[in-house]
Amino acid sequence: MTGKLKAICTLKGHTGIVWNTSWHPKGLMLASCGEDKTIRLWNYKDGDKSTLKCLLADGHQRTVRAIAWSHCGQSLASASFDATIAIWDYKSGQFECNATLEGHENEVKSVAWSRSGSMLATCSRDKSVWVWEVWEDNEYECAAVLNAHSQDVKKVVWHPHEDILASASYDNNVKLYMEDASDKEWTCVGTLSSHTSTVWSLAFDKTGDRIVTSSDDRTLKIWQKYLPGNPEGISVKDGNFVYKCVCTISGFHTRPIYDVTWCHLTDLIATACGDNSIRIFKEEDLSDRNQPSFSCISHVNEAHLQDINSVQWNPVVKGVLASCSDDGMVKIWKMEST
Amino acid sequence: MGLDNENPTLFDKSEERKVSEKDLDDNEAEEFDSREIFDLIRGITDPEHPLSLEELRVVDQSLIEVEDSNNTVKVLFTPTIPHCSMATLIGLSIKVRLLWCLPPRFKISVTITPGTHASEHAINKQLDDKERVAAALENTHLSTVLNKCIATA
Repeated sequence: MTGKLKAICTLKGHTGIVWNTSWHPKGLMLASCGEDKTIRLWNYKDGDKSTLKCLLADGHQRTVRAIAWSHCGQSLASASFDATIAIWDYKSGQFECNATLEGHENEVKSVAWSRSGSMLATCSRDKSVWVWEVWEDNEYECAAVLNAHSQDVKKVVWHPHEDILASASYDNNVKLYMEDASDKEWTCVGTLSSHTSTVWSLAFDKTGDRIVTSSDDRTLKIWQKYLPGNPEGISVKDGNFVYKCVCTISGFHTRPIYDVTWCHLTDLIATACGDNSIRIFKEEDLSDRNQPSFSCISHVNEAHLQDINSVQWNPVVKGVLASCSDDGMVKIWKMEST
Repeated sequence: MGLDNENPTLFDKSEERKVSEKDLDDNEAEEFDSREIFDLIRGITDPEHPLSLEELRVVDQSLIEVEDSNNTVKVLFTPTIPHCSMATLIGLSIKVRLLWCLPPRFKISVTITPGTHASEHAINKQLDDKERVAAALENTHLSTVLNKCIATA
């Protein structure tokens, strides 16, 4: 299969850098946030008919770095350079900020809801990753402070089905965490070490058995999960699993790769790069699971006028992608088969 | 607290750029060159001394590379001593000055002249991290210090 990524809509409104976007789980709404301290919610409609639905402006004192919808679609979490996380709930027809989580020492860089919605993860320049338990009535309780990284933590992402958490850092590594069944303590259960500079982002495939990481070192890496006693003979030390690097995609990106998203409907990988490009990668037919190969099936040069900070596949509508940039724009794209 | 480098070596300032007739022609689209970039940063004040980065030879026109067609600007800067604790701040002031003055199409890289600072790699990585630079600019204390350095440029 080949394909072409086509711009279908440009959403203007933010002033300054737009840092992140997040699709509502139903795929009909997109949230964006940025340097102007606001969160914007856009109604997604096919073609160029998407419009601003509402503006959430009074939650943060500084840049809103990241946002994430809960899987039920009722809550939105926002992480800010002001060291706090705000939780916005949809009640009686509008979004209200119902909780502010404090605890990080400085800029919060990323936020993510677990699949069940019972946990929230956050990370910060203070080098820590926090796991929060979500109770009823907007009660959030810190369940763990994880200090596995030696530097700034850039991104937190949950496994799509299990309560496994992954974090990417300025220390060039990705760490994985799980709650120990016996003593209920959260611990680091794995380190993905191979990148030679900051890991900006990561994404799981639909099964959760693979991870893709994107880095300042201009490469993408694919990591495959192996269980104890695997036929390939990959050693799994004192744990339940190991993720091993099985592929490095280099030679395409010419600047840092700020974000990566793995579509759970089409299996396509999209990247956001500091060279103003969006690229789409697809695993080749007949690719070996233990040594896969990926090809770049679409490259949009100058997709934005400046650095692209985030890309997100629509979780419901196949082949629809959102991107945002330093140029102040949010764009919606569609993958067209040729 | 004592100064890192109490007695820095001073260098002469270069002459003003000569204005040619072509410069005054508004219809002439002109490319950015290293002299223009140098003119934007040479007047930045050192955070420790009431002296410019040019006088301390922290910046030098020969260490600036511009590729206008490729939208890249690369600046090397040279701390006066290899343990200068102000190196990150100096690099940040050069970066911010260029971010504010140049058209947004440019990708700006500001790094330490190889071999001139003990923490060269760590400082380069920090200056190259756009998220950290963005966060630093929102820090009131830091931006006051930066503004002071840049005000003279």
